[in-house]
Amino acid sequence: MQDSIFTIIENKKIAKDVYRMLLRGDTSAVKNAGEFVNIQLDGFYLRRPISVCDVEGDVLTLIYKVVGKGTAAMSEMPEGTQLKLLTGLGNGYDLTPAGDEPLLVGGGVGVPPMYLLAKRLLAQGKTVHVVLGFNTADEVFYEDEFRSLGCDVTVATVDGSRGVKGFVTDALPSHYTYFYTCGPMPMFRALYRATVTSGQFSFEERMGCGFGACMGCSCKTITGYKRICKDGPVLRKEEILWAD
Amino acid sequence: MGRLSVNLCGIELDNPIIPASGTFGYGYEFAEIYDINILGTFSFKGTTRDPRFGNPTPRIAECTAGMINAVGLQNPGVDKVISEELPKLKKCFHKPVMANVSGFSVEDYAYTCALLDKEPQVGWLEVNVSCPNVHGGGMSFGTDPQAAAEVVAAVKAVTSKPVLVKLSPNVTDIAAIAKACEAAGADGISLINTLLGMRIDLKTRKPVIANTMGGFSGPAIFPVALRMVYQVANAVNIPIVGGGGVSTPENVLEMMLAGATAVEVGAQNLIDPMACKKLVEELPAAMDTYKIENLKDLIGGVNNG
Repeated sequence: MQDSIFTIIENKKIAKDVYRMLLRGDTSAVKNAGEFVNIQLDGFYLRRPISVCDVEGDVLTLIYKVVGKGTAAMSEMPEGTQLKLLTGLGNGYDLTPAGDEPLLVGGGVGVPPMYLLAKRLLAQGKTVHVVLGFNTADEVFYEDEFRSLGCDVTVATVDGSRGVKGFVTDALPSHYTYFYTCGPMPMFRALYRATVTSGQFSFEERMGCGFGACMGCSCKTITGYKRICKDGPVLRKEEILWAD
Repeated sequence: MGRLSVNLCGIELDNPIIPASGTFGYGYEFAEIYDINILGTFSFKGTTRDPRFGNPTPRIAECTAGMINAVGLQNPGVDKVISEELPKLKKCFHKPVMANVSGFSVEDYAYTCALLDKEPQVGWLEVNVSCPNVHGGGMSFGTDPQAAAEVVAAVKAVTSKPVLVKLSPNVTDIAAIAKACEAAGADGISLINTLLGMRIDLKTRKPVIANTMGGFSGPAIFPVALRMVYQVANAVNIPIVGGGGVSTPENVLEMMLAGATAVEVGAQNLIDPMACKKLVEELPAAMDTYKIENLKDLIGGVNNG
């Protein structure tokens, strides 16, 4: 964990309600794909946790959706704005069990952490299958970016306005060795049932601190109580308890 | 002894800054980013007799200048705190630590405190009386002078360490509760715990917190906390640990003028993990500004003339 100042070098809309922010600063604490940062915003008491989409040298890429006043304020920040970020938060994805053909499934604003993960897996020589799920075509982002990396990309939209009509579970490849996912809970439940291999899920929860101190984001797992911010956000398929 | 040192119930503190229970874990998350031995001490996560998961999520709601939490005293239970957490704490913190204890019956408090009394690193027991009394119709111990006094007497009977009672602000007359605790043998009073609060999500029309209500903390509560510290300081003759919304060195000085011997810092640790380090470092300059030579001379020095 590191607390430092970053400067916005780009902040633009890339899809409906979705923005990409590039920040320059000390990225040395960012280690694994699937980690997040916690951003302090003027006028808001709590920080905003946002997953890391990419890190390249001293540039951090975040993709966020405007869901409330805090993210709306972020979307209006001009280039040059300085932000205080806690970096290096969360466990991130474990690449070890990926196998030769890992599957990456991102739903909506759960897509961004899949990007750095795909880069890391491709660097290890893996064949990377990516399934991106959205509600409608105007929400779709990063389809071309994943393709440019060299991934096998399938897009699914609920209304069929782009790619496969339906949910990500309607667009899964016939063969994969392991899976990684980030997205909404209904998608997780469907994926849990539809997937034939083991995998890792990245969870979301309202957080107090983001670094393990307040116990605000705890969940029960088969292996005990876990803090989404510190012991997660990534949990293994085998340890998840579905509360229903 | 430096300019910042104070004496809390017979134990010397290098400075009065104490991260409050529930906002600092067992210290080691913070030890990743600074040497926590610069603190006066800290109060570790509230400990109960049995392990507790706590409340369902969401447990956190943002407010103007503050937040609501309804964690529900999640902790691994006193046995695991002693066998697993204290050894880890010991590696990163080498001073006497404050053990925060909660219970749901007088026997619970006594049981947990008796075990923590045997731990050499525990300097003080901080007894949180804001929990519901399961044998008393669910009313919080801290809202009834007699129930609070019973907890204090039971804890004092099992420990030789100084006992601080952490009071709930959700009462009509906090000074009366403090007096009852002092009469029952409390060595100090710690206040305030969080103020009961609530938020509603306008989109869903549901409470933001799964537990409906929770404890409000943050800079917004500072004036309420300061007022209560002042009232209690005028009612008792035992040391006070003042806390509630403290986020600046000036807040620390105000708390001490109101009667606090030491100062707890809570929510600020969550939004800025370096908050207490900064307070310790910034205190001397703030003291210079207000011509304060030694902090201990400030305690209770509010000028009512």
